[in-house]
Amino acid sequence: MAKKQTPSKATAKTSQASKGWDYSPSLESTSHVDLKKQYNLYINGEWVKPSSNKYFKTINPATEEVLAEVAYANDKDVDRAVKAARKAYTEVWSKTSPSERAKYIYRIARLMQERAREFSVIESLDAGKTIRESRDVDVPLACNHFFYYAGWADKLEYAFPNRKIESLGVAGQIIPWNFPLLMAAWKIAPALATGNCVVLKPAETTPLTALKLAEIIHDSGLPPGVVNIVTGYGDTGAAIVNHPDVDKIAFTGSTGVGKIIQKAIAGTNKKATLELGGKSANIIMDDAPIDQAVEGIINGIFFNQGHVCCAGSRLFVQEGIADKVIEKLKHRMNSLIIGDPMDKNTDIGAINSKEQLDVINGYLKIGKAEGAEMYQSPCDLPRNGYYCRPTLFLNVAQSSRLVQEEIFGPVLAIQTFRTVDEVIQKANNTPFGLAAGVWTDKGSRIFNLTTKLRAGVVWANTYNKFDPASPFGGYKESGFGREGGLHGLEGYLKLS
Amino acid sequence: MERLEVLKTYKIYIGGKFPRTESGRYYSPKNAKGEALGNICLSSRKDVRNAVVAARKAFGDWSERSAFNRSQILYRMAEMLEGRRAQFVDELVFQGAKKANAEKELNMAIDRLIYYAGWCDKYVQVLSSVNPVSSAHFNFSTYEATGVVGVIAGEKTSLLDLVSIVAPVIAGGNTCVVIANEHLPLCAVTFAEVLNSSDLPGGVVNILTGKLNELLAPLSTHMDVNAIAYAGSDADTKKTLQLNSVENLKRVRAYDMNWFDEKSQDLYMISDFQEVKTTWHPIENIGGASSSY
Repeated sequence: MAKKQTPSKATAKTSQASKGWDYSPSLESTSHVDLKKQYNLYINGEWVKPSSNKYFKTINPATEEVLAEVAYANDKDVDRAVKAARKAYTEVWSKTSPSERAKYIYRIARLMQERAREFSVIESLDAGKTIRESRDVDVPLACNHFFYYAGWADKLEYAFPNRKIESLGVAGQIIPWNFPLLMAAWKIAPALATGNCVVLKPAETTPLTALKLAEIIHDSGLPPGVVNIVTGYGDTGAAIVNHPDVDKIAFTGSTGVGKIIQKAIAGTNKKATLELGGKSANIIMDDAPIDQAVEGIINGIFFNQGHVCCAGSRLFVQEGIADKVIEKLKHRMNSLIIGDPMDKNTDIGAINSKEQLDVINGYLKIGKAEGAEMYQSPCDLPRNGYYCRPTLFLNVAQSSRLVQEEIFGPVLAIQTFRTVDEVIQKANNTPFGLAAGVWTDKGSRIFNLTTKLRAGVVWANTYNKFDPASPFGGYKESGFGREGGLHGLEGYLKLS
Repeated sequence: MERLEVLKTYKIYIGGKFPRTESGRYYSPKNAKGEALGNICLSSRKDVRNAVVAARKAFGDWSERSAFNRSQILYRMAEMLEGRRAQFVDELVFQGAKKANAEKELNMAIDRLIYYAGWCDKYVQVLSSVNPVSSAHFNFSTYEATGVVGVIAGEKTSLLDLVSIVAPVIAGGNTCVVIANEHLPLCAVTFAEVLNSSDLPGGVVNILTGKLNELLAPLSTHMDVNAIAYAGSDADTKKTLQLNSVENLKRVRAYDMNWFDEKSQDLYMISDFQEVKTTWHPIENIGGASSSY
């Protein structure tokens, strides 16, 4: 299907900054990508039809073209997947030596690297994210995650001093649409390294790379049933959460759904890690290197169209430099290229779905209705597909919904402050606590801020950096548990 | 003429002060012989809220104190507890314990405080990491207190359950609101007097007496409580705590264990009430100088 895609003429004519300097389109070819018309469920090492016989379409949000049909798993299918996982756990995987487990995971990492280009193209087609980002961020990080955790499999006893470690059994994993393959890697790699079997559900709008990953897992010779991939909507996820034979739930997604999961598993012995929403503060002190900070603000909020749980969606600028920073920020926004995700020039791709675009547009209305001052870069948007201009709001109150609620789009709420104490208070005044950014030239000030900001990840003079060795996860209503690094093992182990 | 004994009024402990419950209510639990233990404060919802406010207010100062200082204060608590041996043993016996068991419980409570006093300035070192990321960044993960912890002391003992949970919670820089054992409340109140004379800042530990079924909901649904520690074994109570904790995603830890067992004290009791913070900073990379010589 992807083969038939014509190079889109969608790339927007940009921006004042590039006037007279139009970029020629530089489209990534989709010719080597092999997508089937229809995908079934990957259960017990086989591709099986859903018992409902229902399929749903996954589309390219940049063009609204259908990419493939994907099986809609119901509770019977989930039950089949959990049974397969349990059987594989009891009969095979729990008896496989840790060093052999490691080799399977290394093998998966290598196979992914070999097919990295294919993965990035499919990711951009299915999710609307720019090819530059899926090629340089999502896919390499996903491969590296498998590489990193592979090596842990036979070293787990070094991770938790004075404790005996055991695997849990069957892990049910539900992942979001913003980093589809990367989130699958974040979930599957540590689960396998710690000796668990997996039932994973990708998001309904972005199932394709997880299904491609199933092909690779199959090619790797991993015993049948160790990893099962079931596709579907929220009810499919609920079936995983509520299945009595699942020992662990790992969820990345909205705080609202995270709470539903917590409620559902109360009173059970299911272990959970939840990586939920955020409203992260990006703080610019008046001694910060301003041009770098502006790049950091742009990266913080517009990376991946703002579909990032740790997006720096609340900007705090110290009063003395506010006018200058905002002027430079607008100038930089104007030079962003919005358009075809497959074009290597593109900075900002498509919003992941119509539903999400509606949510974002709803917040733009709210912001205007609340009296905040909106600015959008004056670019043209492609005619088809779901797009949103990079947007900032000035004069927002601390109580504004733009400041309090996660928008999950390219929308930045800007506030100013005078003192360090004031900005710490304002930054922490939210139910979330996922991430924060701090920009200042002064080392002692960095550590004053980074230790007082109540967030799980703090970037000083940088933003939105990720690494398999670096634990990620939130405080407060941003969830609990960590993914990545040594700390990411704990959620998949029983310590005694 | 025989001297008339001065009886003690058992009060609750909020923000370093000993008020009576704002509700003016009391209850009179009895020991096995049917003797009334005293007129114990029947704390109310409002007392819970006041205690949470006190705990939140104390959190910033306590969590930012040097680990060494926290360690000294926990050690001081053990000193004060040791100094009041007779009183605690009397209360334990009055509440129904055999003398030998009372001695044992008190000894373990004192030793437990010493154990966690020692951890205060060590757990971060043991658990933290410098993470070798692929990009030119210095990246490290360290541990910070979760915040205000609601502690539901167990049903088994008057003193040891409470100390076994409160010690790791505050060793890690958290503050807490404790609901004392409903039927054996005396040592909890007297322990508050130990805390009050141990340089422990007011509000770090707040202790309420009363009916668990009245206090459970206001504490576990409170939006400014970050975690719940339950030292009991009742599955329904545990489930209720989990459900009540959903709205602000409190971390719920339940400990159904024998606190007389040495194994019930360890490092991971502290890390259960910690959050991992990962910090990134770029490393300058210009020129070609290398550190090899």
